[in-house]
Amino acid sequence: MEESMETKEAVPEGDSETRKTSIEKSAEKIKVRIENVNGWYGSKRAIKDVNLDIKEKSVTAFIGPSGCGKTTLLRCLNRMHEMTPGAHADGRVVLDGIDIYDKSIDPVVIRRRIGMVFQKPNPFPTMSIFDNVAAGLRLNGMRNKTIIREIVEESLKNAALWEEVKNQLEQPGMSLSGGQQQRLCIARALAMQPEVLLMDEPTSSLDPIGSSKIEELVRILKDSVTIIIVTHNMQQAARVSDFTAFMYLGDLIEYGLTNQIFMKPEKELTERYISGKFG
Amino acid sequence: MTSPSSKNSRYISSLFVVRKKRGDHLFYGLVIGAAAYTLLMVGLVGFSVTRGSVDIFLAEGIEFVFQSNWNAVEGREAFGAFPYIIGTLLSSAIAMVIGVPISLGIAIFISEIAPPRIGTPLSFITELLAAVPSIIYGLWALFVFRFWVRDLIEKPLYDAFGGYIPFFAKTPFGLDIFTAGIVLAIMIIPIISSICREVMRVVPDSQREAAYSLGATRWETIRMAVFPYVKSGIVGAAMLGLGRAVGETILVTMVIGNVIGPSAIPTSFFSQGQTLASLVANEFNEASSDLHLSALIALGLILLVLTMGINVVARLLVKKKIKASSGAKSQ
Repeated sequence: MEESMETKEAVPEGDSETRKTSIEKSAEKIKVRIENVNGWYGSKRAIKDVNLDIKEKSVTAFIGPSGCGKTTLLRCLNRMHEMTPGAHADGRVVLDGIDIYDKSIDPVVIRRRIGMVFQKPNPFPTMSIFDNVAAGLRLNGMRNKTIIREIVEESLKNAALWEEVKNQLEQPGMSLSGGQQQRLCIARALAMQPEVLLMDEPTSSLDPIGSSKIEELVRILKDSVTIIIVTHNMQQAARVSDFTAFMYLGDLIEYGLTNQIFMKPEKELTERYISGKFG
Repeated sequence: MTSPSSKNSRYISSLFVVRKKRGDHLFYGLVIGAAAYTLLMVGLVGFSVTRGSVDIFLAEGIEFVFQSNWNAVEGREAFGAFPYIIGTLLSSAIAMVIGVPISLGIAIFISEIAPPRIGTPLSFITELLAAVPSIIYGLWALFVFRFWVRDLIEKPLYDAFGGYIPFFAKTPFGLDIFTAGIVLAIMIIPIISSICREVMRVVPDSQREAAYSLGATRWETIRMAVFPYVKSGIVGAAMLGLGRAVGETILVTMVIGNVIGPSAIPTSFFSQGQTLASLVANEFNEASSDLHLSALIALGLILLVLTMGINVVARLLVKKKIKASSGAKSQ
């Protein structure tokens, strides 16, 4: 297994040429390196040998028609994919030089460093707004109330929710609107001080105002966090992301600077998808 | 399409109106009738049990509930329900203390931990167990299980603590309140665990994923995302089990020892005892005098009140819990 992967690495694939040219332009650090990742549901291969480098403190968008594997790929990045019954993944996902699929790695620790926001806002229904944000800290043994309060406030501010909820922190999280709930979930993830934030279609269940607030937030957050966002909305990808990866039927078709992907894609398939001819 | 002025269309539309109404009436009648049945039954049972126990309450007064003598011999009649109330509560309490944690364990394993190929057959087996009639458990307990309880649980406990903890101070015999409690636990575990599993299955995966994404382990996820969601359901399941344990008759009669009078007040877990239901079952055939019969019916009344009381308390408890964590129901 290890050997075969190394040989693959040694021989640059045709597909990765484009990615190299656009990625190498910026000299930023690579935060996550995805190497030959396959995602499986039982014996069905949902993503096929994906190779991708994610830049630190940038926004990378995964786009593609439904069923193309973009969400599966995202879920492989914090080992959430394998929590689905019957699902597993192979290949390497290297976070700061550490392969998170290495046998010695505890996925629980990985998920503490990589935050995740889901399609539908999922605050804990029995917890207050405050407790929702503090949930991760308490989970990890933080008992100092002053520190918890400071981090909760900071996270809510970073999630652009503080002004709206500062007087009702003890209210249940479910009392908020859908858009606020999603920002609460973002605050909950940010409270863990993640290095990478995975967002799985975070605006798909929100109204336009809620969506635009989340997009604004993404643009601000990328100064401190590496963000990977899955979206079915191409305009959204164009608006918020620095890099875009286009996937189709489990393959990574094209990856590069967002401008480049949207203005002059190299692959015909990408061109057709971008221009709305299918998908 | 059809012209509205045509004679036929008018006939047809009037036909429809009549038919729809008739169907509705029939439907309403059936449904209201079915609903009324429950009220009627509660009323009838309440009425006959209350009327049947008038005699004994006239003779003994409210003392019937608090005294312990039980003598059916003509001329020296004395009846008191106290030992059997205690016996009922104690045996059910033992059943709950043993049964609820095990049920929760089963439910958690099936719904949260086991892969489907193990969980599915296991939940099927649990449901199968829930359908076993209590007489079967009773027979097995009487001929097999009570010796195990005596030799493997009661004797060691007695040897270890009998000297200084009064709960364990009585030479174990195997047919006692402790055995009844354990067998009751065995009987209610399948029911409680089936319901708990069903309740846990309703928890949306998005909740579990929320916990996992914060770096929760499996157990932390259950504690953080699953339990708060299903708390009221678990209390409900436990109460249903308690209801069955309190009212269970034949199984208890077979293993509890069936003593009457003051000696039926348990002084230890290993005392022989009697429950309300088992005493009724034991003596109903031989009830010679009207007063004796009335006393037995009054035991039924107490049992009814006890069960209802438990249900009301449980309901209030659940309500309070939901209020305390309001929003648990919205979503």
